[in-house]
Amino acid sequence: MSAYALTDSWTMTRRELAHWARQPVQVVVSLVFPVMLLLMFGYLIGGGRAVEGDYVDYLVPGMLALTMAFGLEGTMLAVTQDLNKGVIDRFRSMPMADGAVLVGRSAADMLQSTIGLVVLIGVGLGLGWRPHAGPGQFLGAVGLLLLFRFAMLWVGIQLALVAGRPEMVQAVQILVWPVGFLSNALATPAAMPGWLGVVVQWNPMSQTATAVRDLFGGPGGESGHVWAAVVWPLGLLVVFFPLAVRRFRGLGG
Amino acid sequence: MADAAIIVEDAHKTYGGKKGRKAEGAQGAEGGDGSKGVKKALDGLDLRVARGTVHGVLGPNGAGKTTLVRVLSTLLRPDSGRVEVAGYDVLSEARAVRLRIGLLGQHAALDEELGGRQNLEMFGRLHHLGGRQARVRADELLERFDLAETGRKPVRSYSGGMRRRLDLAASLVTAPEILFLDEPTTGLDPRGRVEVWSAVRSLVGGGTTVLLTTQYLEEADQLADRVSVVDRGRVIADGTPDELKSRTGGDRIDVVLRDAGQLGAAVALLPLPAADVRVDTDRRLLSAPVTDRMTALSGVVRALEEGGIDAEDVALRRPTLDEVFLHLTGHGDGADAGDRANVKEAV
Repeated sequence: MSAYALTDSWTMTRRELAHWARQPVQVVVSLVFPVMLLLMFGYLIGGGRAVEGDYVDYLVPGMLALTMAFGLEGTMLAVTQDLNKGVIDRFRSMPMADGAVLVGRSAADMLQSTIGLVVLIGVGLGLGWRPHAGPGQFLGAVGLLLLFRFAMLWVGIQLALVAGRPEMVQAVQILVWPVGFLSNALATPAAMPGWLGVVVQWNPMSQTATAVRDLFGGPGGESGHVWAAVVWPLGLLVVFFPLAVRRFRGLGG
Repeated sequence: MADAAIIVEDAHKTYGGKKGRKAEGAQGAEGGDGSKGVKKALDGLDLRVARGTVHGVLGPNGAGKTTLVRVLSTLLRPDSGRVEVAGYDVLSEARAVRLRIGLLGQHAALDEELGGRQNLEMFGRLHHLGGRQARVRADELLERFDLAETGRKPVRSYSGGMRRRLDLAASLVTAPEILFLDEPTTGLDPRGRVEVWSAVRSLVGGGTTVLLTTQYLEEADQLADRVSVVDRGRVIADGTPDELKSRTGGDRIDVVLRDAGQLGAAVALLPLPAADVRVDTDRRLLSAPVTDRMTALSGVVRALEEGGIDAEDVALRRPTLDEVFLHLTGHGDGADAGDRANVKEAV
């Protein structure tokens, strides 16, 4: 890391913000998609789940977690597209800080995810979801969601660096869905066959969803899951952050 | 030699596997040309470029030109050998190298979604000029490369020539000591080509060292003080453009006959050095180097008339790149080079 790590990362973040300003439709679509999913599950598909209490109280925190997980796709796509652009050669031939390209990307993605969370929480409240939590617990829940997103972000960057081409992202995108749905985001494991319930409970996303439900004070929450919702993402970060930075530096081996 | 801007000694770079990206794992493979999917892009390349000069690197597709530029600009690590740019090692002192170079690659290294000014400002910031200075510099460069009118239009919508000019401007954000130009005029129309050439000439006046790769003899001729001819990852000849041209045999005369059957008779009859005459039966063509253009032309026409040989066409021309390579390497830029060109010089 050079003395310019922060400046350079900020310059790269600004680059992403400039991209948004030029493609507002794309930004809006990325914000609307999770809202659509929420409405779809809330009104069309959901309802019949074996959940005690109001399904909306169960669904909204699940959708928040699912949206954070699906953010991985957007990150992957952006990184692979960037890697295949000529501009990356110019970045790499310039005296800029090592991780700045990736850090800039992650900062922009986190900003977008935060806005996405705000929108989704707003729509959830509109649907009648009410968190029974104090401000501290509420912010704690949001923090856990963003931590999970941050971990998925670096998983996404590493996968993108390994895959290399945008076409490969499609393969991962297909896998993201079952992994996302093999969780307790939308349905309680109690309603699943025994073995599936076990898989679902071990999914890191389920840990986050359960902890968030607990903090929001809704159905499906279990106390004592907060530590798992902290440890899992941190574990993923410890593995994938250095891998991704090393892989990026090693481009052109 | 203290005044060398670029020193390359015995540089090797091998790509393994079909995809360039997989190359990292295959570096150690001592496969050689015969083994599957392994390509020696640099095979003991030596090069020395004096400060303040324009050095041309001339070679066919797949000769290793792009690999050389990518190694020199720290984008690609050489497997072995000594590579120094501006007195710094590209491996251990990459950052010092990056502070002193500008790169104009084969493909535009620009953010296509952003405008010209946004691009230049971003690169200025990444060179740590600071926001204000970066804006001033961007305006200067836009003005100088006749791009001031482009406004906020994204680079995506630029013409090829405009894009190339912006790309060149981007590589000059900090007035680099050494500028790498990788086939700077490939894909440009004649007007764009002349624009790039004049931009390069104006740089050299300012003391910048330029390393330029090209497939065009004419381009090297126009711009370069010295030329290295590269083939299969090594330098096979170097010298001033005039030296190289005289070594390739100068002008040639082509004679196309109506009847391929008369080719043998024509070779015997024409006032040309029989040992140097090349015969292409399919095209009913014979071709030979000439020293005095007019004497050769009139001599050939007269001999054809007197011998009663029916010619479709007689023409004098400069040697082509094919012939330069045929002369220097003993192999043409034909099927073989074509094969190698298919091995993409990827990252």
